[in-house]
This record gives sequence, C-alpha cells and structure tokens, in this order.
Amino acid sequence: MARKEGGRASSDADDLACSPLQAVLLADSFATNFRPITLERPKVLLPLVNVPMIEYSLAWLESVGVEEVFVFCCAHSGKVKDFLDSSQWTKKQPSSAFSVTTIESRDAISAGDALRVIYGHGVVRGDFILLSGDTVSNMSLKQALHEHKERRKKDPLAVMTMVINHSKPSSITHQTRLGNDEIVMAIDPETKQLLYYEDKVDQLRQFLSLDKALMADNPSLCLHNDKQDCYIDICSPEVLSLFTDNFDYQHLRRHFVKGLLVDDIMGYKIFTHEVRSCYAARVDNFRSYDTISKDIMQRWTYPLVPDVRYFGNFSGIKLDRQGTYKAPDVIQSRSAQIGPFSLVGSGTTIGDNSHIFNSIVGQGCTIGRNVCIQGSYIWDNVTIEDDCKINFALVCDGVHLNAGVVLEPGVILSFKVDVGKQFVVPAYSKVSLLPQPSMQDSDDELEYAEGNSAVNDNPSITSMVYNGEANLMPSSLDAEVLNTSKASIVGAYIWSGGEPGLEDEWKHSIAPIPIEKLNEFFLDHSFDFDESNQDVVCLPPSGELQPDSGSVGFDDDYRDSADFEKEVEATFLRAFTGVDQDNVIIEINSLRLSYNMSHADCAGALFYSIMKSAYDSPHSSQRELLSNTAKEIDKWKNLLKNYLRSKDEEIEVIMKLEEMCLESALDFSPLFTTILNRLYEKDIISEDAILTWAEEKEGADESDKIFVKQAEQFIRGSSCKVSAAKSCDLE
Amino acid sequence: MDFQVVVLAGGYSKNLAPLISNEVPKPLLPVANRPVLSYVLELLEASNLKDLIVVVEGSDAALRVGGWISSAYVDRLHVEVAAVPEDVGTAGALRAVAHHLTANDVLIVSGDLVSDVPPGAVAATHRRNGAAVTALLCNTPVSGPAETGSSGGKDKAKKPARHNIVGLDPTKQFLLHLAAGAEIHKDIRVQKSILQAVGQMEIRADLMDAHMYAFKRSILQEVLDQKDMFHSIRHDVLPYLVRTQLRSQVSTNGGQNGQDVWNGTLSSQNNLVWLSQHREIAPSAFQENVLAPNGSDSAQRTHKCCAYIANKSKYCVRLNSIQAFSDINRDVIGDASHLSGYSFSPQNNIVHPSAELGSKTTVGPHCMLAECSTLGDKCSVKRSVIGRHCRIGSNVKIVNSVVMNHVTVEDGCLIQGSIICSNVQLQERVILKDCQIGPGYVVTSGSEHKSESLAKK
Repeated sequence: MARKEGGRASSDADDLACSPLQAVLLADSFATNFRPITLERPKVLLPLVNVPMIEYSLAWLESVGVEEVFVFCCAHSGKVKDFLDSSQWTKKQPSSAFSVTTIESRDAISAGDALRVIYGHGVVRGDFILLSGDTVSNMSLKQALHEHKERRKKDPLAVMTMVINHSKPSSITHQTRLGNDEIVMAIDPETKQLLYYEDKVDQLRQFLSLDKALMADNPSLCLHNDKQDCYIDICSPEVLSLFTDNFDYQHLRRHFVKGLLVDDIMGYKIFTHEVRSCYAARVDNFRSYDTISKDIMQRWTYPLVPDVRYFGNFSGIKLDRQGTYKAPDVIQSRSAQIGPFSLVGSGTTIGDNSHIFNSIVGQGCTIGRNVCIQGSYIWDNVTIEDDCKINFALVCDGVHLNAGVVLEPGVILSFKVDVGKQFVVPAYSKVSLLPQPSMQDSDDELEYAEGNSAVNDNPSITSMVYNGEANLMPSSLDAEVLNTSKASIVGAYIWSGGEPGLEDEWKHSIAPIPIEKLNEFFLDHSFDFDESNQDVVCLPPSGELQPDSGSVGFDDDYRDSADFEKEVEATFLRAFTGVDQDNVIIEINSLRLSYNMSHADCAGALFYSIMKSAYDSPHSSQRELLSNTAKEIDKWKNLLKNYLRSKDEEIEVIMKLEEMCLESALDFSPLFTTILNRLYEKDIISEDAILTWAEEKEGADESDKIFVKQAEQFIRGSSCKVSAAKSCDLE
Repeated sequence: MDFQVVVLAGGYSKNLAPLISNEVPKPLLPVANRPVLSYVLELLEASNLKDLIVVVEGSDAALRVGGWISSAYVDRLHVEVAAVPEDVGTAGALRAVAHHLTANDVLIVSGDLVSDVPPGAVAATHRRNGAAVTALLCNTPVSGPAETGSSGGKDKAKKPARHNIVGLDPTKQFLLHLAAGAEIHKDIRVQKSILQAVGQMEIRADLMDAHMYAFKRSILQEVLDQKDMFHSIRHDVLPYLVRTQLRSQVSTNGGQNGQDVWNGTLSSQNNLVWLSQHREIAPSAFQENVLAPNGSDSAQRTHKCCAYIANKSKYCVRLNSIQAFSDINRDVIGDASHLSGYSFSPQNNIVHPSAELGSKTTVGPHCMLAECSTLGDKCSVKRSVIGRHCRIGSNVKIVNSVVMNHVTVEDGCLIQGSIICSNVQLQERVILKDCQIGPGYVVTSGSEHKSESLAKK
C-alpha cells in the first residue's frame, strides 16, 4: 500500500517537475561491532534509551521533510520488516506524506552492495539522503540541502555533501568521545570541498603526508583533526550509478569517498556541511551507544527525548528532578534510590535499598534488594536478584542474574543468559548463548540471521547458569563451552575479544577508560616524544633536502615493464589450461591499462610468452623445436593478431624474436629466418615491417646485424616480390 | 621598547650580478634613487626602533655601508655596522654578533626588504604572545610586470610562485608548519602531534616568509650554540623551532617577564598545550598529568611560534633577484609610491627642478627624473627611473627601465625593460630589451641586445 502511495506521489511530483525528497536508510551496519547481540537481533532494533534505534532515524527523516524512505534490510531482514509493518511508520496516515518502503536483499555484504541493489530497483529519482538506521540527530537539513542543490546547479560533478560536526579526539587515545578513531580531513576553507579523508590514521608515524597536488590548485586548505563524520550524506543519483560502475566499492568511506578523492579523471567532488548547534551522531560501537544514550538523557537530542511523545509506544515517562525519568507504573521500594540521569521503564519493580545511578532500565524488569546498578544498560524483562552489583555493563532482554552476581565494567550479556550465584563476570567479557562464529567470513551474520529463530524458540538451551567457581578465564582465546561441576548446566559461551584483539577491548566498551590505561598511554606518549626527537635530528635541515625523484622514477619504470611481462606470461599460461581466448584478451587488455603500456609492449610480451612455451615444451632436436614453434604460432596467431594493429607492433615482435635469439633462448638463433618466414606466411608479420626492421638495423653495429644478414636472402626475396608487385601495379 | 634590531644587509650577492660592483654592494643598490637599505632603516625608525646592528658581508662592503649610514643617519639612529666574512649564512652572521645582543628580544630584518609593514606590530605581537619566535608573513607578490609582455616565456605572472607552505592555527596567530626551499615541491608532511594538539590547521601556499623575525634572545642563542650546523635562519633555525614547539629543548623562561605572559594573557583555547575535550575519559586525572607545571618529563615543555600576517594591502617585497629589482623600482614610483618618500607632481611623476627636458620630450606618469639629468628633444620616458647626472640625447625612448647615475645615452636609443648601471655609455641607436648592463660598460653604436646581461670583464 505504501508502495502504491509512493508511486502516485512521485507521478504528481513529476508533473510539478520536482521530485519528492527521498532517503535511503541502511538497516544493517555491515559490521560486527555489536556482536554477540546482533546475532539474535538486528542492530537497528536494539533499544537506545528503550526505543529501537531505527525509530530515531525515521523520526528525524520525517521531521526534515523526507517523503519517501527506502529501508534496506539484509541481516535479519524478516525482523526488520515485521517491526516496520507493526509500527506506525507503514500505517497509512492520510495527513502525512511520509512513506516507508522496505527493500530486501539477502546476499549484500556491504553498503556498496546495498546501494547497487537499490540502484537495480530504480526507485531513487533525485537527490537523496543516505544514512544508516542507527543515526540519532535533530539537525535541520534545510541549509545543507539548499547548499547541495545550489552547488549542483553550478557544478554537476558535486555529487555528495557529507555532514560533519565538531569533535576533538583525545590526544592520548586518539579517539573521539563516540569511540571512533580520529579522522583527518582536508577541506577547502572557501568552497568546503573535501580534499582528503583518512580514517585509519597510522599512529606510529610522526608525519602526515599530503599529496603536493592538493596544493597545486588551491592556495589554502584546512586540515582538520577535530571533526567527526556523522555518516549522513546528501547524495545525487549519480552516487548510485557510481557504485554500480565501480563494483569493487564496498565501504562508503574507505572505498567510495577515498575513491572519488583519488580519482581525478572523472573529477567528481564531495563537499562537507558542518553542523554547529544541533546533534548528529551514529551508534557505531558500544562506546558510542553509551555516549549517545547519555546525550539523549541529557536532552541534547530534543525533541527526541524519553518524555516527549515522539514514538509510537509512548509509555508516559516523566522527567523528575536530577534528570531522572520514570514510567508511572514503576514499583519502587521506599528505600530504593534512583540517582541522577537514570531511566526506569514501565512495569519494573525495584526492591529495598537498591541504587540505580546513570543507568537505563527497560520495561518489565525485576530488581531485588541491595542491588547497585551504575552506568549500565538493562534492557527489558531482566531479572536481577538480591545483592547484585552491576557496573558499566550492558544486559540484554531476558537475562537472569542470580543473587550476588557482580558484573565488572565492560561486560556484555546477550539475550537470555543466566548467571549463577555469586559469580563475578570478569571485565570486558561478552557472553552469549550462541557460539562465536569463526572470524574469517563476513557472511556469518547472514547465516545466523537464518538460523537463530530456531535457537530462540528452543527454551531448553536458554536456562544456562554459571556456577560460582567456574574455572573460566576471560582471556581464553577460543569460544569456550562452560562446564561446571555442581549445577545442571549445558553451556553458554564467553566470546573472545572482538576483531581488534583483547587489548583493544576497553576502547569501544561501555565502561569508561580506566585511569591506569590512560596513564599507560600517557607514558607511551612521552616515550614517543623521545623517539620523535631522534627522528627530527635525523632529518637533514630542510634546505639540504635533495630532490631524488629522478632515479626512483626510473627504477619504478624498469620494474613495471618486467612485472608486466611476467603478468602477461602468467595470463597466457592460464590460456593453456583452457581459459577462453576472449577472456585472455580481456585480461591482457586490463593489464595493459593498469601498467600503462602500449599495444607494442603487449604484442612483444605475448609473443615472448608464445615462444617461451614452445621453447619450454620438451624437444630433442632443432627440428622438433621448429615444429613445436610452428604449432604454437598456428595456435595463437589469432590472439597475437589482436595486438598487431600496425607496423610498429610487428617490428616489436621481430625485435623480441631477435632479442630472444640473442639472450634467453639461444637454441632459436639458427632458426631465426625460418621462424620469420613462418610468421610472414601466417600473415602475422607483413613485408613492410620486415623491410623497415632491416632498414632500421642498417645503421647498427656489426654485432647487431647477425640476424639481418641471416635473413638477408629472405628479405631480398620479399623485397623483390614487393617491387614486382609494384611494377605490376604500374603496368 | 627593549628590542634590539639586527639588520642583515648582505654584501656582494651573486644573484644580482651584474648590478652589483665593488663600489655598489647590495645594501646600496638604488631603489628610486636611494639605497635599498634606507627603506628598512626608515621603516625601523618609524616604529621607534633606533638601536640597530647592521651586519654586512665583507669588510670592504661594510666600510662603504658604514660610510653611507654615518653620513645619512648621523643624528637619527644609533647604528653599529659589523662586518662578517662572506658565506657564513644568516645564522653565522648572527653568531658573529651574538655578543652584542643583550636585550630580551631581538628583531631580525633582512636589509633588502622594501615594505610598509610596521616592525613595531611584529614586535608587539611577539611580546603579546610570549612567543619564542614570531615571523612576518606576507602575501606572495605577483612578480613580473603585468602590463608588459617583457618577461618572455615566464608565466609567473599568471600564477604566483610558491615560496613557502605555511600551517596556521584557526586564529592565525600560531605558526604550526613551515616548508621552504626544495620542500615545497614535495608532498606536505605535517607533524601529527601538532595537528592533534591544535585540532585544525590551515595550510596556505600563498604566504611568504618576509624575513622579519622577532626572536626571544635566550632561545635564539641557545639554538645557535647547540646546532652549529645551522646555516640559515630561514631554512634551518625557524623550521627547527616550528618543528619542535611541542617538545621544546630550549628554555622558555627567558626572564620572568615571558613566564608571566605565558600564564596570563592567553586564553586556554589558544594554548597549544594538550587539552582534551573528552568528557568521559576521567578528565581530572588526565589533566593533572598533562598540565602539571614543570613536570619531570621534558616532553611537556613547549614554546610558541607565532606569525604576524601582513594585511593584503601592505607592500612587502624583498630585493633578492634582478626581476625583483625591476619590480620594486616600478612599484615604488608606481603603485606603492608612498614608500618612496617623495612627493609626486600632478602628472604623477617626479621631475627634479634641476633636470632639463628638451622640446617635445614627454615624461609620463610613474616616472622619476633625478637632479641634473638632461633629456634631449623628442624623448619619451614611461614608467622608468632615471638617476642623477644622466645625459640623454634626442629621440630616446625609455620604457619600464631603471637608469642609474652618470649614464650617457646617445641619440635614437630604445631602452625597454632594462637596468642600466652607473657610468654606462650607450652609443647611438642602441636597442636594449630586457637587458642588464653592468657599471661602466660601453654599448657600441647600432647594436641590438635582447635579454642579455652585459658587464665589463
């Protein structure tokens, strides 16, 4: 129904010659930062201050006047669709022109794939907003859109406007408060064009190297280390076709943005728009989850705050003193205390003497007595028994913590995990009922998307308990099934550290970075200083720097041509093993382009490979070698002819033959004339080429002329023929 | 003001051959008929900087410069002229006069600067920021005369040449990156630690280091003592200080005065000290560590390198090439005429009352004709400077040129875009285009030269 409505709206709009504002929302991050939670629930449906993240994105899109949203689902696509179908967004609302359409694909593994699928659907007609479904923002797009449109009018190559905001990374940990790595961008201060983008800054290197070409066109540029990418892009329709043209673009930033910046042939430009007074951020990892949750609680994202009726399932949460939000039906013991910047969802009961600080507790939770929850995120229907201590942890739906459990900072408990009495879950551990998938394959999330419904439906696995003294090490590298002696336990899995390895766990965790870590980093830093001092001392005074590019350039060139020959030979050998000739031609052509070689080089290299294969095949006598060669030439002459466009290429082939006879394959030397004759007979080489070659050789040294002399007879014969033919013509 | 000024006046520069002779070292080259050094000296005088040391390369040149200064500025400035051996470089020249330096801050000016940027402003900026060094940056001049096509083959007029690549902080007060010489044709290498400290750096290629620096004396002397390989201030000392500003090895407490400024006037936002905006990451512990005054680690010591950026409308050019010599002469009597110190006639030119003009001779705007020079009939002078006691015949055309003193030009000559030094004789019907004629040279009659440099052997 929504689709229909969208179609009609667009036809109306076409009449008015202005298309409705569209948005593409990627409901899949194509990353594994939120595992193990995302194995069981798509990231966009994870609650952020008790509301699924996608709600924030959709609400914002509606508020900025977007009329059509295409939600691209991939992992857990069924769940996302179900959610949207049951939500207010897809329900027909005659008053609003806001429509949400889902586009589903099961085999997309990157944002690039997603955009290619969307391009295939052909639904995007004009400028659109590209964002992921985990974006929280309250910015107004009017200004940015206007700028984008104005630029497009003047310069059709301005295909994208990136939204950035200010965020200075810590000089010690080199990450922003959202836990992202620092980004270095170069922006033209006048036009705001993005000139350089680097999100993987190598911390070990002292210097940042900017291409001198950047300065060639503009006299000044601004180098920013204090900006952060909001991952909200205003794109022109060309962006989609660019993704389709460059089928290797996967990541929006790493491939697409950098690709456009480096490519100066097409000249596409990317611009930036800096937001100053409003909020825009993306939940990218657990640290940003924590930071953005706090920002929402502290109302930076107004009106997207818990006590404003903005989302469908409003539960009447009210704001109390000290930034505390409480649902009306919370049952709270008199002695329980809910501290500043906390939220407690409806239907939750809190026992005597329990304390909740800086934490968010979902709906239908049961919290016992003497529980202390600090800086943590408790989702829905969690049971926490007496005397538990929870510090800076994330606890998913349906978790059961038995009495006396302690969660140390940075712990993630995935859905329905059951922790036994008195157990201390060590810091930064991630616990899930599902085993950790092997790390190689990025399709994992997809497989689990298919399989996990079965897991959830099976209640027998869900009751797993850690026993107190389980001999369990958080540093165990493989996913470890926990067996304990006393309780009736099947097993849950403690995951090993994420991709970056255990040491980096603290970086993206919910818990604040421990002070020891900071000190450690600071010491590292001072150590860096000493090193860098030496580095500087080693540098010659600037005036003495000698330009050394000349010699290097030559070496490069030399290496390139040798590489090229090798590559062509390898390709040719593949042709032996049955690859189609057409494909060989395509491959060689692409090699030619990538090494920037001429047709003559191709012909030479190919001919070399042919001769080499003939030479390498077993032969005992000259005669056998000759017949081998003849066979090979017959076989590949069509291939070779592809590259023999003119006399120059043919001469190159003769030279190559000569070179081989002289250097690499001495056996050929007595056969030179015969092979030449053969090539001539097979129409591979024309008389003209042979005659020109002989002429060129005339002035050379005696030693160079061996083969010319050898072939003298043959050349004279052909030149006679030529002159005879000419005289015939004259007559 | 507790500032000492060192004027690095140079000597017999090879760049300016054949204009420079034994009689006329570089500081005494005439710009609009007065020595180029006088422009710097008067600029300093205008800022009330009167305590000067003029360093000249070569004792012979020093004698000549000293003689001229004592006659011209005898009661106006307190000038010491010091001679240093040739080829010691600017750093070497400073080492040679280091024992004369006593003030807290030293202003170092190149003697070939023709400018109207007040040195007092540079000095004040330096003091205000408590900087280790403050450099004057000006907009890169567009070289080559725009109105004539004389500079054949050079397309410099279209695109200003790059002299420096400069990195500045957003407030444009601090110098964060500096590349000069061969480095500017390579990829830009920005120090990450500095970028991280400041967050945002503006990199500009349209600014030029104008060779006016204010140094804290203690730092300058320390660097000169420690790094005896350093040859040039521009290429070695200044880039070194810029590079090491976050991990200074030089002492910053050059007197209690500097320390006070350091703590006081600057708002913390401008400070290059490591400040984090990380709210979440234990800010207190962090800052204690980082901002601990006089921490045991020398890593925390910083010094500041500042920049004073001259206004676009200011004139600021160095006379360091023949092209610059003609440009400056043209500008001083043309666009930047306020620098010359002369008053212009209603025709926008200066013809000394003692000069004699023949009949039907025209002297166009932006021209200068000094005392006792004579022009014959039907001559035409455009955008040119003619020195003292020149004798110019009839039917002579002089365009875009500089003619120094005591030059004889006979009838029918054509001089275009050329520089004619003193005591040159041009015989009849000589045609010169884009030439430089060294002192005392005789150009034989009827000869024609184009883009040549002629001098006596």
